[in-house]
Amino acid sequence: MADGQDKKIDAATGTELKGHEWDGIAELDTPLPRWWLWTFYATILFAIGYVIAYPAIPMLHDYTRGALGWSSRGALDRELADREAQVAPLRRAIAATAITDLPARPQLMQAAVEGGRAAFKVHCVQCHGSGAAGAKGYPNLNDDDWLWGGDLATIEQTITDGVRNPNHDATRMSIMPAFGRDQLLTAAQVNDVVAHVRVISRQDKASAAAQRGATLFADNCAVCHGPAGKGNRALGAPNLTDGIWLYGGDAQTIHETVWNSRQGVMPRWDDKLDKATIRMLAAYVHSLGGGEAAVAEAGNGAQP
Amino acid sequence: MLMPAGSGDLYEKRKGVYPKAIDGFYRRLKWAIMAVTLAIYWGTPWIRWDRGPYAPDQAVLVDLAHRRFYMFAIEIWPHEFYYVAGLLIMAGIGLFLVTSAVGRAWCGYACPQTVWTDLFQHVERFIDGDRNAQIKLAKAPWSVAKLTRRLAKWSLWLAIAFATGGAWIFYFADAPTLQSAFWTGHAAPVAYATVAVLTATTFLLGGFLREQVCIYMCPWPRIQTAMLDEKSLVVTYKDWRGEQRGSVKKAQANPDLFGDCIDCNQCVAVCPTGIDIREGPQVGCITCALCIDACDRVMEQVGRPRGLIDYCTQEDAEAEKQGAAPRPVLKTLLRPRTLAYAAVWTSIGAAMLFALGARTRIDIAAQQDRNPIFVRLSDGAIRNAYMVKVRNMEARPRPVTVGVEGLPGAMLWTDAGTREQAAPTVTATVPADSVAKLRLFIAAPAQGSARQDFAFTVRATDREGGGDHEPARFERP
Ligand code: SF4
Ligand code: SF4
Repeated sequence: MADGQDKKIDAATGTELKGHEWDGIAELDTPLPRWWLWTFYATILFAIGYVIAYPAIPMLHDYTRGALGWSSRGALDRELADREAQVAPLRRAIAATAITDLPARPQLMQAAVEGGRAAFKVHCVQCHGSGAAGAKGYPNLNDDDWLWGGDLATIEQTITDGVRNPNHDATRMSIMPAFGRDQLLTAAQVNDVVAHVRVISRQDKASAAAQRGATLFADNCAVCHGPAGKGNRALGAPNLTDGIWLYGGDAQTIHETVWNSRQGVMPRWDDKLDKATIRMLAAYVHSLGGGEAAVAEAGNGAQP
Repeated sequence: MLMPAGSGDLYEKRKGVYPKAIDGFYRRLKWAIMAVTLAIYWGTPWIRWDRGPYAPDQAVLVDLAHRRFYMFAIEIWPHEFYYVAGLLIMAGIGLFLVTSAVGRAWCGYACPQTVWTDLFQHVERFIDGDRNAQIKLAKAPWSVAKLTRRLAKWSLWLAIAFATGGAWIFYFADAPTLQSAFWTGHAAPVAYATVAVLTATTFLLGGFLREQVCIYMCPWPRIQTAMLDEKSLVVTYKDWRGEQRGSVKKAQANPDLFGDCIDCNQCVAVCPTGIDIREGPQVGCITCALCIDACDRVMEQVGRPRGLIDYCTQEDAEAEKQGAAPRPVLKTLLRPRTLAYAAVWTSIGAAMLFALGARTRIDIAAQQDRNPIFVRLSDGAIRNAYMVKVRNMEARPRPVTVGVEGLPGAMLWTDAGTREQAAPTVTATVPADSVAKLRLFIAAPAQGSARQDFAFTVRATDREGGGDHEPARFERP
């Protein structure tokens, strides 16, 4: 405070000087304007009001709750409930529309794809990857190769019932014998079959082993994979002549497959997800670029 | 709680400013500028501009919901925001230009704070009378008469403030529609909130804070003092001519002793920021030149030459002090600094006009899917996926063809179709004034480099035609 002793008055303005000086420049002790002071008091009042109205002070085990009863957690709950209520009609509409009718309603279809994208991130990425590109043993859902069919209805059924689900009658079930392990074929015969598969998938040139394998294939494999090895979607038997392999197309992997067979599984989702979510997932998977159009084509993979 | 006002107080009490009415050249200039700026502010949203059936017909509109900015024939999209940035830069450089040439002319004539304060002061004079009456009334104890006057003044201020806040929202929605919605209580809550806030701030800033905004709150005077130099025109009291001050009588008795200033204090009385220009250039002066008008009148009355207070550069002031003849004002305006600012200002403007004229109205952008980057298809071909955005900046739907260039054997389809429908090009209709998002799949033979550059092309297939292309990359395992 001004003690009047060492304070000097600036001659030009008549204002007191602060008392310190730098290179001949001194600071005026100009008072703050009144409105500033009032603004300052107002901010203090505001802060007090805020502390009373809102949760503010942390205590040992709890915190002050605020007179308004507001909390960010409560606000979030309310927002989530609002959001849920908002999308409820959409979900109802999707559940009520047969999946084959979805494409005719582009807006609903788009909503389904978007909803499916979100649901996929929660339920499916663990196996199929965040981009649905799969991994060894987990199908890539972006490509156009389908074990069971790639039209909307078939995809929906695959998601609904899963693959190889115990105690579920409708589940997808493909049964490939373990030709080597169960001694259905000898070791040499398995090698011959592998050689033949390498030839029909255009990875190796014809050979004597492949020749022998062709006969073995016709007797043992054609029943499921078709005489030309083009697969059969009704049985979930893969096309062996295309460029896509679930486990790998090199000789060693094919050998392993023929010797021990493969028994991939996928959960049935109808006991965890509601109809609308499954439908949305199917729409999303179909939209990834490999979706097929014609429903009638389902199961016609058995080409002569 | 408060310390009593006084010399020992840490806080200064505002001294009332009661500017006196004055007439003169600069006052009339101020009137004219006030009329023009207020007319622009209140009138602009009501100007109509026909843009066809797909776009709003308001000449100036900031359409936040659809993220468009309309200004007469110009329509700005969010991605073209650099035009707005350019305008802001031009405004900034324009301010530099004006300041270096004529000092705080913006403050004195065109700043909203000045314009509205001025308007409020006229209302005040209309209700309370001129300076002396105002001072008397301020000092008078509260009475019914005083209260009536105050209430009348405040309600008029409030009405103006409300009209001010109200006009602002019309820039953000169709004005006639919003107007009726507003009065019937159907406008968006944010509209009412905006009007309330702007009404309150206008009332407070224009009615009560006034010159304190210019002196304490506004950052611009601090910058301006740095922008000014000794060649800038500022309002100057020519002390070498005016001092020693003295009344007409004293001067007549002692012509050698006294200067031209008769110490009538008129220049102080008219000053809207309440300063005494005779103390020299100071931060409180907004160069409104009302003191020039006041002093010129006095000089005329006492038969002395005008211009005791005048627009004058510091350099000229020095020269005049040494006895040089006053320089014409126009000559002071042209100098390297102002010319440089003007050159930068015009080149930015010209560049923007050029860009505006050359911009395409149809535009394509593509982003490649990264997860997965590529997919092998059953026939061995490789597929990449892209999010392609085709932007139609016309106010009507346009049919377009999207294709690729430099990717032999490529076949395209969208996620609405399947590979059986793949073709070398994809057609779509882009709705008016919007962006069509196409998720495009491209299948190309597996042979080829791991990273192949190509381009997406878009072509409008209607009469106007036009198109764009966008480089992209196709990747293989
Ligand atoms: S001193 Fe003169 S120019 Fe400056 S603000 Fe006051 S009246 Fe205006
Ligand atoms: S108006 Fe002119 S004459 Fe009167 S006090 Fe001001 S400078 Fe002096």
